[in-house]
Amino acid sequence: MNSGDIAWMLAATALVMFMTPGLALFYGGLVRKKNVLATIMHSFISLGIISILWVLYGYSLAFGTDVGGFVGGLNYLGLKGVGLEAGPYSDTIPHILFAAFQLMFAIITPALITGAFAERMKFKAYLIFTIAWTTLVYFPVCHWVWGGGWLGEMGALDFAGGTVIHINSGVAALACALFLGKRLGYGTNAIAPHNVPMTVLGAGILWFGWFGFNAGSALAADESAAMALFVTQIAAGAGAVAWIIGEWLYQGKPTTLGAASGAVAGLVGITPAAGFVGPMGALVIGIGAGIICYFAVVAKNRLGYDDALDVVGIHGIGGLWGALATGLFATAAIGGVDGLFYGNPAQFGVQALGAVVTIIFSFGVTAAILKVIDLTVGLRATPEEENMGLDLSEHSEVGYTW
Amino acid sequence: MKKVEAIIKPFKLDDVKQALNEMGVTGMTISEVKGYGRQKGHKEIYRGAEYVVDFVPKVKLEIILDDSQVDGVVDVIVKSANTGRIGDGKIFVTPVEQVIRVRTGERGTDAI
Repeated sequence: MNSGDIAWMLAATALVMFMTPGLALFYGGLVRKKNVLATIMHSFISLGIISILWVLYGYSLAFGTDVGGFVGGLNYLGLKGVGLEAGPYSDTIPHILFAAFQLMFAIITPALITGAFAERMKFKAYLIFTIAWTTLVYFPVCHWVWGGGWLGEMGALDFAGGTVIHINSGVAALACALFLGKRLGYGTNAIAPHNVPMTVLGAGILWFGWFGFNAGSALAADESAAMALFVTQIAAGAGAVAWIIGEWLYQGKPTTLGAASGAVAGLVGITPAAGFVGPMGALVIGIGAGIICYFAVVAKNRLGYDDALDVVGIHGIGGLWGALATGLFATAAIGGVDGLFYGNPAQFGVQALGAVVTIIFSFGVTAAILKVIDLTVGLRATPEEENMGLDLSEHSEVGYTW
Repeated sequence: MKKVEAIIKPFKLDDVKQALNEMGVTGMTISEVKGYGRQKGHKEIYRGAEYVVDFVPKVKLEIILDDSQVDGVVDVIVKSANTGRIGDGKIFVTPVEQVIRVRTGERGTDAI
Protein backbone atom coordinates (compact mmCIF):
# COMPACT_ATOMS: atom_id res chain seq x y z
CA MET A 1 0.00 0.00 0.00
CA ASN A 2 1.09 3.54 -0.74
CA SER A 3 -0.73 6.38 0.97
CA GLY A 4 0.17 8.79 -1.85
CA ASP A 5 -1.42 6.49 -4.40
CA ILE A 6 -4.48 5.92 -2.23
CA ALA A 7 -4.95 9.66 -1.67
CA TRP A 8 -4.75 10.44 -5.37
CA MET A 9 -7.03 7.59 -6.40
CA LEU A 10 -9.66 8.65 -3.85
CA ALA A 11 -9.61 12.13 -5.35
CA ALA A 12 -9.51 10.85 -8.94
CA THR A 13 -12.54 8.63 -8.29
CA ALA A 14 -14.52 11.63 -7.08
CA LEU A 15 -13.35 13.65 -10.10
CA VAL A 16 -14.60 11.01 -12.53
CA MET A 17 -17.90 10.78 -10.69
CA PHE A 18 -18.34 14.54 -11.21
CA MET A 19 -18.13 14.07 -14.98
CA THR A 20 -21.54 12.42 -15.17
CA PRO A 21 -23.52 15.36 -13.74
CA GLY A 22 -21.29 17.50 -15.99
CA LEU A 23 -22.42 15.42 -18.94
CA ALA A 24 -26.02 15.84 -17.76
CA LEU A 25 -25.64 19.62 -18.08
CA PHE A 26 -23.67 19.35 -21.33
CA TYR A 27 -26.50 17.36 -22.88
CA GLY A 28 -29.28 19.18 -21.02
CA GLY A 29 -28.41 22.52 -22.59
CA LEU A 30 -28.38 21.04 -26.09
CA VAL A 31 -32.00 19.88 -26.14
CA ARG A 32 -35.18 21.89 -26.32
CA LYS A 33 -36.59 23.34 -23.11
CA LYS A 34 -39.35 20.72 -22.91
CA ASN A 35 -36.82 17.86 -22.69
CA VAL A 36 -34.20 19.32 -20.38
CA LEU A 37 -35.06 17.20 -17.34
CA ALA A 38 -35.56 13.95 -19.23
CA THR A 39 -32.14 14.46 -20.80
CA ILE A 40 -30.44 15.32 -17.52
CA MET A 41 -32.15 12.31 -15.93
CA HIS A 42 -30.65 9.93 -18.50
CA SER A 43 -27.17 10.77 -17.24
CA PHE A 44 -27.95 11.37 -13.60
CA ILE A 45 -29.86 8.18 -12.88
CA SER A 46 -27.02 6.19 -14.42
CA LEU A 47 -25.12 7.08 -11.22
CA GLY A 48 -27.72 5.00 -9.42
CA ILE A 49 -28.44 2.13 -11.80
CA ILE A 50 -24.85 1.25 -12.62
CA SER A 51 -23.74 1.47 -8.99
CA ILE A 52 -26.24 -1.27 -8.18
CA LEU A 53 -25.22 -3.46 -11.14
CA TRP A 54 -21.58 -2.98 -10.27
CA VAL A 55 -21.93 -4.32 -6.74
CA LEU A 56 -24.17 -7.22 -7.75
CA TYR A 57 -22.31 -8.56 -10.81
CA GLY A 58 -20.82 -5.78 -12.93
CA TYR A 59 -17.39 -5.61 -11.38
CA SER A 60 -17.15 -9.38 -11.57
CA LEU A 61 -18.05 -9.56 -15.28
CA ALA A 62 -15.51 -6.84 -16.06
CA PHE A 63 -12.67 -7.70 -13.70
CA GLY A 64 -13.32 -11.24 -12.44
CA THR A 65 -11.03 -14.13 -13.34
CA ASP A 66 -10.74 -14.26 -17.11
CA VAL A 67 -13.05 -16.65 -18.98
CA GLY A 68 -11.70 -17.34 -22.46
CA GLY A 69 -10.42 -13.79 -22.90
CA PHE A 70 -14.01 -12.64 -23.39
CA VAL A 71 -15.53 -11.84 -20.01
CA GLY A 72 -14.73 -11.88 -16.32
CA GLY A 73 -15.81 -14.80 -14.15
CA LEU A 74 -18.31 -14.75 -11.32
CA ASN A 75 -15.76 -14.85 -8.52
CA TYR A 76 -16.44 -11.25 -7.45
CA LEU A 77 -20.25 -11.49 -7.37
CA GLY A 78 -21.55 -9.16 -4.70
CA LEU A 79 -17.97 -7.84 -4.50
CA LYS A 80 -17.08 -11.00 -2.56
CA GLY A 81 -13.38 -10.89 -1.74
CA VAL A 82 -12.99 -7.32 -2.97
CA GLY A 83 -11.91 -5.46 0.10
CA LEU A 84 -9.21 -3.53 1.85
CA GLU A 85 -6.28 -5.57 0.59
CA ALA A 86 -4.60 -4.81 -2.69
CA GLY A 87 -6.20 -6.59 -5.67
CA PRO A 88 -4.74 -8.08 -8.84
CA TYR A 89 -4.82 -4.73 -10.68
CA SER A 90 -2.71 -2.64 -8.31
CA ASP A 91 -0.37 -3.43 -5.46
CA THR A 92 -0.53 -0.02 -3.88
CA ILE A 93 -4.25 0.73 -3.42
CA PRO A 94 -7.05 -1.28 -1.82
CA HIS A 95 -8.96 -3.48 -4.25
CA ILE A 96 -12.21 -1.77 -3.27
CA LEU A 97 -10.76 1.60 -4.35
CA PHE A 98 -9.89 0.19 -7.77
CA ALA A 99 -13.46 -1.11 -8.00
CA ALA A 100 -14.82 2.33 -7.05
CA PHE A 101 -12.64 4.11 -9.63
CA GLN A 102 -13.70 1.71 -12.38
CA LEU A 103 -17.35 2.07 -11.38
CA MET A 104 -17.28 5.74 -12.38
CA PHE A 105 -16.21 4.74 -15.90
CA ALA A 106 -19.01 2.21 -16.13
CA ILE A 107 -21.47 4.94 -15.10
CA ILE A 108 -20.51 7.54 -17.68
CA THR A 109 -20.27 5.20 -20.68
CA PRO A 110 -23.98 4.36 -21.06
CA ALA A 111 -24.76 7.97 -20.15
CA LEU A 112 -22.75 9.11 -23.19
CA ILE A 113 -24.97 7.06 -25.50
CA THR A 114 -28.11 8.84 -24.32
CA GLY A 115 -27.25 11.86 -26.47
CA ALA A 116 -28.12 9.83 -29.56
CA PHE A 117 -31.70 9.07 -28.54
CA ALA A 118 -32.39 12.30 -26.68
CA GLU A 119 -35.87 13.84 -26.94
CA ARG A 120 -37.68 10.71 -28.10
CA MET A 121 -36.97 7.57 -26.03
CA LYS A 122 -39.42 6.31 -23.42
CA PHE A 123 -37.92 6.34 -19.93
CA LYS A 124 -38.83 2.70 -19.35
CA ALA A 125 -37.08 1.72 -22.58
CA TYR A 126 -34.06 3.79 -21.57
CA LEU A 127 -33.79 1.94 -18.25
CA ILE A 128 -33.95 -1.49 -19.87
CA PHE A 129 -31.52 -0.41 -22.57
CA THR A 130 -29.00 0.94 -20.09
CA ILE A 131 -29.07 -2.19 -17.93
CA ALA A 132 -28.87 -4.53 -20.92
CA TRP A 133 -26.21 -2.55 -22.77
CA THR A 134 -23.94 -2.13 -19.77
CA THR A 135 -24.26 -5.84 -19.00
CA LEU A 136 -23.86 -7.24 -22.51
CA VAL A 137 -21.54 -4.69 -24.11
CA TYR A 138 -19.70 -2.55 -21.58
CA PHE A 139 -18.67 -5.21 -19.07
CA PRO A 140 -17.24 -7.56 -21.73
CA VAL A 141 -15.42 -4.85 -23.70
CA CYS A 142 -14.03 -3.40 -20.47
CA HIS A 143 -12.78 -6.90 -19.66
CA TRP A 144 -11.20 -7.31 -23.10
CA VAL A 145 -8.97 -4.30 -22.59
CA TRP A 146 -8.44 -3.87 -18.86
CA GLY A 147 -9.66 -7.02 -17.13
CA GLY A 148 -7.18 -9.48 -18.58
CA GLY A 149 -9.11 -10.12 -21.81
CA TRP A 150 -7.81 -10.78 -25.29
CA LEU A 151 -7.28 -7.18 -26.45
CA GLY A 152 -5.17 -6.21 -23.48
CA GLU A 153 -3.19 -9.45 -23.80
CA MET A 154 -2.53 -8.65 -27.44
CA GLY A 155 -0.98 -5.36 -26.41
CA ALA A 156 -3.70 -2.87 -27.41
CA LEU A 157 -3.04 0.46 -25.72
CA ASP A 158 -6.02 2.16 -24.13
CA PHE A 159 -4.86 4.24 -21.23
CA ALA A 160 -8.18 5.64 -20.04
CA GLY A 161 -10.83 4.21 -22.33
CA GLY A 162 -10.70 5.47 -25.91
CA THR A 163 -11.90 2.11 -27.19
CA VAL A 164 -13.72 0.81 -24.11
CA ILE A 165 -15.64 4.03 -23.50
CA HIS A 166 -15.64 6.33 -26.50
CA ILE A 167 -15.61 4.07 -29.57
CA ASN A 168 -17.92 1.72 -27.72
CA SER A 169 -20.49 4.36 -26.77
CA GLY A 170 -20.15 6.18 -30.10
CA VAL A 171 -20.93 3.06 -32.11
CA ALA A 172 -23.82 2.15 -29.82
CA ALA A 173 -25.06 5.70 -30.35
CA LEU A 174 -25.03 5.20 -34.12
CA ALA A 175 -27.11 2.06 -33.75
CA CYS A 176 -29.57 3.98 -31.53
CA ALA A 177 -29.85 6.91 -33.93
CA LEU A 178 -30.47 4.61 -36.90
CA PHE A 179 -32.87 2.36 -35.02
CA LEU A 180 -35.00 5.02 -33.33
CA GLY A 181 -35.24 7.25 -36.35
CA LYS A 182 -35.40 11.01 -36.45
CA ARG A 183 -37.10 13.26 -33.98
CA LEU A 184 -40.41 14.66 -35.18
CA GLY A 185 -39.72 17.73 -37.27
CA TYR A 186 -36.01 16.97 -37.70
CA GLY A 187 -34.76 18.63 -40.85
CA THR A 188 -37.83 20.84 -41.24
CA ASN A 189 -38.29 22.57 -37.89
CA ALA A 190 -35.55 24.42 -36.06
CA ILE A 191 -34.46 22.09 -33.25
CA ALA A 192 -31.88 24.28 -31.55
CA PRO A 193 -30.16 24.08 -28.15
CA HIS A 194 -32.18 25.85 -25.45
CA ASN A 195 -29.31 26.77 -23.13
CA VAL A 196 -25.78 26.93 -24.53
CA PRO A 197 -24.37 28.40 -21.27
CA MET A 198 -25.53 25.22 -19.48
CA THR A 199 -23.73 23.17 -22.11
CA VAL A 200 -20.52 25.17 -21.73
CA LEU A 201 -20.68 24.75 -17.95
CA GLY A 202 -21.12 21.02 -18.48
CA ALA A 203 -18.12 20.95 -20.81
CA GLY A 204 -16.06 22.73 -18.15
CA ILE A 205 -17.06 20.15 -15.55
CA LEU A 206 -16.20 17.34 -17.97
CA TRP A 207 -12.81 18.91 -18.64
CA PHE A 208 -12.12 19.22 -14.90
CA GLY A 209 -13.24 15.66 -14.17
CA TRP A 210 -11.19 14.35 -17.08
CA PHE A 211 -8.01 15.01 -15.11
CA GLY A 212 -9.17 12.27 -12.75
CA PHE A 213 -10.26 10.12 -15.67
CA ASN A 214 -6.92 10.22 -17.49
CA ALA A 215 -4.37 10.89 -14.76
CA GLY A 216 -6.22 8.53 -12.42
CA SER A 217 -5.88 5.78 -14.98
CA ALA A 218 -2.20 5.58 -13.99
CA LEU A 219 -3.66 4.02 -10.80
CA ALA A 220 -0.88 5.77 -8.89
CA ALA A 221 0.37 9.21 -7.92
CA ASP A 222 3.36 8.82 -10.21
CA GLU A 223 5.23 10.22 -13.23
CA SER A 224 2.78 8.65 -15.66
CA ALA A 225 -0.13 10.40 -13.94
CA ALA A 226 1.67 13.74 -14.22
CA MET A 227 2.19 13.36 -17.96
CA ALA A 228 -1.36 12.09 -18.45
CA LEU A 229 -2.72 15.17 -16.69
CA PHE A 230 -0.59 17.53 -18.76
CA VAL A 231 -1.40 16.02 -22.14
CA THR A 232 -5.10 16.05 -21.19
CA GLN A 233 -4.97 19.81 -20.81
CA ILE A 234 -3.04 20.31 -24.07
CA ALA A 235 -5.36 18.14 -26.17
CA ALA A 236 -8.53 19.74 -24.75
CA GLY A 237 -7.28 23.26 -25.41
CA ALA A 238 -6.03 22.39 -28.89
CA GLY A 239 -9.33 20.65 -29.70
CA ALA A 240 -11.34 23.74 -28.74
CA VAL A 241 -9.18 26.03 -30.88
CA ALA A 242 -9.10 23.65 -33.84
CA TRP A 243 -12.90 23.24 -33.89
CA ILE A 244 -13.61 26.98 -33.91
CA ILE A 245 -10.99 27.58 -36.59
CA GLY A 246 -12.62 24.84 -38.65
CA GLU A 247 -16.08 26.34 -38.39
CA TRP A 248 -14.79 29.88 -38.80
CA LEU A 249 -13.21 28.96 -42.12
CA TYR A 250 -16.05 26.69 -43.25
CA GLN A 251 -19.16 28.48 -42.00
CA GLY A 252 -18.01 31.96 -41.20
CA LYS A 253 -18.37 32.17 -37.41
CA PRO A 254 -16.54 30.70 -34.41
CA THR A 255 -19.22 29.53 -31.96
CA THR A 256 -19.19 29.06 -28.21
CA LEU A 257 -20.83 25.67 -28.64
CA GLY A 258 -18.05 24.83 -31.09
CA ALA A 259 -15.39 25.69 -28.51
CA ALA A 260 -17.09 23.49 -25.91
CA SER A 261 -17.56 20.66 -28.40
CA GLY A 262 -13.97 20.90 -29.60
CA ALA A 263 -12.65 20.72 -26.04
CA VAL A 264 -14.63 17.53 -25.45
CA ALA A 265 -13.41 16.14 -28.79
CA GLY A 266 -9.81 16.84 -27.76
CA LEU A 267 -10.41 15.13 -24.41
CA VAL A 268 -11.90 12.10 -26.14
CA GLY A 269 -8.95 11.97 -28.53
CA ILE A 270 -6.30 12.04 -25.82
CA THR A 271 -8.07 9.51 -23.59
CA PRO A 272 -6.43 6.34 -24.96
CA ALA A 273 -3.12 8.11 -25.54
CA ALA A 274 -2.65 9.85 -22.18
CA GLY A 275 0.22 8.08 -20.46
CA PHE A 276 1.72 6.97 -23.77
CA VAL A 277 2.39 10.24 -25.63
CA GLY A 278 4.21 13.48 -24.88
CA PRO A 279 3.06 17.09 -25.15
CA MET A 280 3.76 17.44 -28.90
CA GLY A 281 1.88 14.23 -29.62
CA ALA A 282 -0.99 15.56 -27.53
CA LEU A 283 -1.01 18.80 -29.50
CA VAL A 284 -1.41 16.93 -32.79
CA ILE A 285 -4.03 14.59 -31.30
CA GLY A 286 -6.03 17.54 -29.93
CA ILE A 287 -5.92 19.55 -33.15
CA GLY A 288 -6.80 16.45 -35.15
CA ALA A 289 -9.71 15.64 -32.85
CA GLY A 290 -11.14 19.17 -33.11
CA ILE A 291 -11.01 19.25 -36.90
CA ILE A 292 -12.04 15.65 -37.56
CA CYS A 293 -14.95 15.73 -35.12
CA TYR A 294 -16.18 19.07 -36.49
CA PHE A 295 -16.35 17.68 -40.00
CA ALA A 296 -17.88 14.44 -38.72
CA VAL A 297 -20.68 16.49 -37.19
CA VAL A 298 -21.11 18.53 -40.38
CA ALA A 299 -21.25 15.25 -42.34
CA LYS A 300 -24.04 14.03 -40.04
CA ASN A 301 -26.14 17.02 -41.00
CA ARG A 302 -25.71 15.98 -44.64
CA LEU A 303 -26.21 12.25 -44.09
CA GLY A 304 -29.45 12.91 -42.30
CA TYR A 305 -29.42 10.42 -39.43
CA ASP A 306 -30.54 12.06 -36.22
CA ASP A 307 -27.75 11.53 -33.70
CA ALA A 308 -29.35 14.25 -31.64
CA LEU A 309 -26.39 15.40 -29.55
CA ASP A 310 -23.54 14.15 -31.78
CA VAL A 311 -22.32 11.19 -29.79
CA VAL A 312 -21.16 9.46 -32.98
CA GLY A 313 -19.31 12.49 -34.31
CA ILE A 314 -17.55 13.37 -31.08
CA HIS A 315 -17.16 10.13 -29.10
CA GLY A 316 -17.22 7.56 -31.89
CA ILE A 317 -15.06 9.38 -34.42
CA GLY A 318 -12.97 11.13 -31.75
CA GLY A 319 -12.41 7.81 -29.97
CA LEU A 320 -11.41 6.13 -33.20
CA TRP A 321 -8.97 8.93 -33.99
CA GLY A 322 -7.51 8.68 -30.48
CA ALA A 323 -7.13 4.90 -30.62
CA LEU A 324 -5.34 5.07 -33.98
CA ALA A 325 -3.29 8.12 -33.01
CA THR A 326 -2.08 6.26 -29.93
CA GLY A 327 -0.62 3.70 -32.34
CA LEU A 328 1.13 6.56 -34.15
CA PHE A 329 2.41 8.80 -31.37
CA ALA A 330 3.09 6.40 -28.47
CA THR A 331 6.69 6.57 -27.33
CA ALA A 332 8.54 4.14 -25.10
CA ALA A 333 10.16 7.04 -23.29
CA ILE A 334 6.78 7.84 -21.70
CA GLY A 335 4.61 4.72 -21.60
CA GLY A 336 7.02 1.91 -22.40
CA VAL A 337 5.61 1.23 -25.88
CA ASP A 338 6.53 2.75 -29.24
CA GLY A 339 4.03 3.61 -31.95
CA LEU A 340 4.42 3.78 -35.73
CA PHE A 341 6.24 7.12 -35.71
CA TYR A 342 8.79 5.64 -33.29
CA GLY A 343 9.48 2.60 -35.42
CA ASN A 344 6.79 0.16 -34.32
CA PRO A 345 4.14 -0.14 -37.05
CA ALA A 346 2.74 -3.32 -35.48
CA GLN A 347 1.28 -1.23 -32.65
CA PHE A 348 -0.84 0.70 -35.14
CA GLY A 349 -2.20 -2.59 -36.45
CA VAL A 350 -3.13 -3.76 -32.97
CA GLN A 351 -4.88 -0.45 -32.28
CA ALA A 352 -6.85 -0.70 -35.51
CA LEU A 353 -7.83 -4.31 -34.85
CA GLY A 354 -9.07 -3.44 -31.37
CA ALA A 355 -11.15 -0.60 -32.78
CA VAL A 356 -12.66 -2.67 -35.59
CA VAL A 357 -13.65 -5.59 -33.36
CA THR A 358 -15.17 -3.21 -30.82
CA ILE A 359 -17.14 -1.44 -33.55
CA ILE A 360 -18.57 -4.69 -34.90
CA PHE A 361 -19.36 -6.16 -31.48
CA SER A 362 -20.87 -2.98 -30.05
CA PHE A 363 -22.99 -2.25 -33.11
CA GLY A 364 -24.30 -5.80 -33.39
CA VAL A 365 -25.20 -6.33 -29.74
CA THR A 366 -26.65 -2.82 -29.40
CA ALA A 367 -28.89 -3.38 -32.42
CA ALA A 368 -30.07 -6.70 -30.98
CA ILE A 369 -30.90 -5.08 -27.63
CA LEU A 370 -32.82 -2.29 -29.35
CA LYS A 371 -34.77 -4.80 -31.45
CA VAL A 372 -35.84 -6.82 -28.41
CA ILE A 373 -36.91 -3.70 -26.48
CA ASP A 374 -38.79 -2.39 -29.51
CA LEU A 375 -40.72 -5.65 -29.85
CA THR A 376 -41.58 -5.82 -26.15
CA VAL A 377 -42.07 -2.50 -24.35
CA GLY A 378 -41.38 -0.22 -27.33
CA LEU A 379 -38.58 2.30 -27.70
CA ARG A 380 -40.13 5.55 -28.79
CA ALA A 381 -42.44 7.92 -27.07
CA THR A 382 -45.72 8.45 -28.94
CA PRO A 383 -45.90 11.50 -31.24
CA GLU A 384 -48.19 13.21 -28.69
CA GLU A 385 -45.65 12.62 -25.92
CA GLU A 386 -42.80 13.77 -28.11
CA ASN A 387 -44.61 16.98 -29.00
CA MET A 388 -45.52 17.61 -25.39
CA GLY A 389 -41.94 17.00 -24.30
CA LEU A 390 -40.55 14.12 -22.29
CA ASP A 391 -40.27 16.19 -19.10
CA LEU A 392 -44.03 16.20 -18.81
CA SER A 393 -44.86 12.90 -20.49
CA GLU A 394 -42.24 10.76 -18.72
CA HIS A 395 -41.66 12.60 -15.46
CA SER A 396 -44.63 14.94 -14.85
CA GLU A 397 -42.45 17.94 -14.18
CA VAL A 398 -40.97 20.89 -16.03
CA GLY A 399 -37.48 22.37 -15.91
CA TYR A 400 -38.57 25.99 -15.94
CA THR A 401 -41.71 27.53 -14.54
CA TRP A 402 -41.52 30.62 -16.71
CA MET B 1 -61.13 56.34 -26.44
CA LYS B 2 -58.48 54.64 -28.50
CA LYS B 3 -55.85 52.00 -28.07
CA VAL B 4 -52.46 52.73 -29.59
CA GLU B 5 -50.54 49.55 -30.16
CA ALA B 6 -46.94 50.06 -31.27
CA ILE B 7 -44.50 47.34 -32.24
CA ILE B 8 -40.98 48.68 -32.03
CA LYS B 9 -37.36 47.64 -31.85
CA PRO B 10 -36.54 46.51 -28.30
CA PHE B 11 -33.56 48.83 -27.88
CA LYS B 12 -35.78 51.83 -28.69
CA LEU B 13 -38.11 51.18 -25.76
CA ASP B 14 -36.37 53.53 -23.34
CA ASP B 15 -36.34 56.40 -25.85
CA VAL B 16 -40.03 55.92 -26.60
CA LYS B 17 -40.99 55.67 -22.95
CA GLN B 18 -39.06 58.81 -22.06
CA ALA B 19 -40.58 60.78 -24.92
CA LEU B 20 -44.08 59.66 -23.93
CA ASN B 21 -43.46 60.53 -20.28
CA GLU B 22 -42.39 64.03 -21.31
CA MET B 23 -45.66 64.59 -23.13
CA GLY B 24 -47.68 63.38 -20.14
CA VAL B 25 -48.58 59.80 -20.96
CA THR B 26 -48.88 58.24 -17.52
CA GLY B 27 -49.09 54.53 -18.22
CA MET B 28 -48.47 51.82 -20.71
CA THR B 29 -48.28 48.06 -20.97
CA ILE B 30 -45.45 46.35 -22.81
CA SER B 31 -44.73 42.80 -23.85
CA GLU B 32 -41.85 41.03 -25.50
CA VAL B 33 -43.13 39.64 -28.78
CA LYS B 34 -41.71 38.04 -31.89
CA GLY B 35 -42.78 38.47 -35.45
CA TYR B 36 -41.77 39.41 -38.93
CA GLY B 37 -42.77 41.72 -41.68
CA ARG B 38 -40.41 42.98 -44.33
CA GLN B 39 -37.40 42.60 -42.07
CA LYS B 40 -35.69 39.27 -42.58
CA GLY B 41 -34.75 37.06 -39.61
CA HIS B 42 -31.26 35.94 -38.82
CA LYS B 43 -29.14 32.82 -39.12
CA GLU B 44 -28.04 30.71 -36.15
CA ILE B 45 -25.40 27.97 -36.32
CA TYR B 46 -25.21 25.10 -33.84
CA ARG B 47 -22.53 22.50 -34.51
CA GLY B 48 -22.55 23.10 -38.21
CA ALA B 49 -26.34 23.04 -38.58
CA GLU B 50 -27.72 26.37 -39.80
CA TYR B 51 -31.14 27.56 -38.76
CA VAL B 52 -32.93 30.58 -40.18
CA VAL B 53 -34.86 32.24 -37.41
CA ASP B 54 -37.72 34.15 -39.04
CA PHE B 55 -39.29 35.62 -35.94
CA VAL B 56 -37.45 38.72 -34.82
CA PRO B 57 -37.75 39.89 -31.20
CA LYS B 58 -39.79 43.09 -30.81
CA VAL B 59 -41.46 45.01 -28.03
CA LYS B 60 -45.17 45.78 -28.18
CA LEU B 61 -46.51 48.82 -26.31
CA GLU B 62 -50.19 49.23 -25.58
CA ILE B 63 -51.48 52.62 -24.50
CA ILE B 64 -55.11 53.62 -23.96
CA LEU B 65 -55.79 57.28 -24.67
CA ASP B 66 -58.49 59.86 -24.95
CA ASP B 67 -59.19 60.57 -28.64
CA SER B 68 -57.64 64.03 -28.39
CA GLN B 69 -54.22 62.65 -27.40
CA VAL B 70 -53.90 60.04 -30.12
CA ASP B 71 -52.29 62.05 -32.91
CA GLY B 72 -49.68 63.57 -30.60
CA VAL B 73 -48.76 60.21 -29.13
CA VAL B 74 -48.47 58.56 -32.53
CA ASP B 75 -46.20 61.36 -33.73
CA VAL B 76 -43.97 61.02 -30.68
CA ILE B 77 -43.68 57.25 -31.10
CA VAL B 78 -42.88 57.56 -34.78
CA LYS B 79 -40.19 60.09 -34.01
CA SER B 80 -38.61 58.38 -31.03
CA ALA B 81 -38.74 54.80 -32.38
CA ASN B 82 -37.39 55.70 -35.80
CA THR B 83 -33.97 54.53 -36.96
CA GLY B 84 -34.72 54.83 -40.68
CA ARG B 85 -33.93 51.17 -41.23
CA ILE B 86 -36.19 48.29 -42.11
CA GLY B 87 -37.80 46.68 -39.07
CA ASP B 88 -38.64 49.87 -37.16
CA GLY B 89 -42.13 48.50 -36.54
CA LYS B 90 -45.77 49.51 -36.91
CA ILE B 91 -48.44 51.38 -35.00
CA PHE B 92 -52.10 50.35 -34.87
CA VAL B 93 -54.87 52.58 -33.58
CA THR B 94 -58.18 50.97 -32.63
CA PRO B 95 -61.31 52.16 -30.86
CA VAL B 96 -61.84 51.12 -27.24
CA GLU B 97 -65.43 50.68 -26.04
CA GLN B 98 -64.96 50.90 -22.34
CA VAL B 99 -62.27 51.28 -19.68
CA ILE B 100 -62.87 50.35 -16.05
CA ARG B 101 -60.50 50.98 -13.15
CA VAL B 102 -60.64 47.87 -11.00
CA ARG B 103 -59.93 49.58 -7.66
CA THR B 104 -62.72 52.17 -7.82
CA GLY B 105 -65.03 50.97 -10.53
CA GLU B 106 -64.64 54.29 -12.41
CA ARG B 107 -65.53 54.08 -16.07
CA GLY B 108 -64.61 55.88 -19.29
CA THR B 109 -61.92 58.50 -19.61
CA ASP B 110 -61.77 58.93 -15.82
CA ALA B 111 -60.41 55.40 -15.62
CA ILE B 112 -57.54 55.92 -18.06
